[in-house]
Amino acid sequence: MNAQAIAAQSAESLQQIPLSHGLALAAALFCVGAVGMLIRRNILFTLMSLEICTNAVALAFVAAGAHWGNPDGQVMYVFVVTLAAAEVAIALALVLLFYRRHHTLDIDQLAAMRD
Amino acid sequence: MELVSFYISALIALMASLLAVISRNAVHALLMLIVSLLAVACIFYQIGAPLAAALQVIVYAGAILVLMVFVIMMLNQGKAAVDQETQWLARENWLAPASLAGALLVMMLYLLWDSASRGAAARSVSAAEVGLAMYSKYLLVVELASFVLLAGLVGAFHLARRHTADSAASTNNAASTESVKSARGVR
Repeated sequence: MNAQAIAAQSAESLQQIPLSHGLALAAALFCVGAVGMLIRRNILFTLMSLEICTNAVALAFVAAGAHWGNPDGQVMYVFVVTLAAAEVAIALALVLLFYRRHHTLDIDQLAAMRD
Repeated sequence: MELVSFYISALIALMASLLAVISRNAVHALLMLIVSLLAVACIFYQIGAPLAAALQVIVYAGAILVLMVFVIMMLNQGKAAVDQETQWLARENWLAPASLAGALLVMMLYLLWDSASRGAAARSVSAAEVGLAMYSKYLLVVELASFVLLAGLVGAFHLARRHTADSAASTNNAASTESVKSARGVR
């Protein structure tokens, strides 16, 4: 059974969820993440908000790809997840380094790096 | 039925993200974030993207957030950190950014309003199709993603390594013996 046959088989069982509703959810999640990035001073919470934003963008990709029945959306989702994994690994290593040096997670303390 | 479950999952995702953003305790925020990611995985399954749903659970909620759990464990934040968060999250601090982001949300929703759904009907995109597209059309991007992951691995290892006196001495010794060997090789 090839890929088209599998897709055709499952096509009837899906009811259409409007694309605009999926994109609206992605926009709302992105805004929640953006608020978190703006209002938190703890660098860990900033990173978590960044994850919410990344996930919202991935949701927009998948929703658009699913709406047109196109695999490209999910391909982009895989790349977004890869990028998020690499970003989180580097960022958490930097957080550990920052905490060892300053013994705080206050992101305003990073302004001292300018001097 | 599927529409109702879509809206329930969307509501759970939104509420959990909001609670993660305003939570005082880092571990509670992380657990709320995991709930939000799982709700989004449910949405992926409902809009016909089973591969993305599985990857969301395995990679995002399973691997990336467990990494964050480990880091929070190593940082060992206590009661004092919660008190400081309560102090930082004062009303005058969050009001202006939240209203700005709310304006952004209203603008995006307004743009989405009249571009209502059109185009082909929704169908489930199977993992086989995604794999075929990824390893034919996007093969170069897959290679580039592997480079990014390798760079992340090396960078994270280098940054998080503890620089102790004896490890620095041993790397210096190793480097000096290497240079001696290469000098001999040249001769």
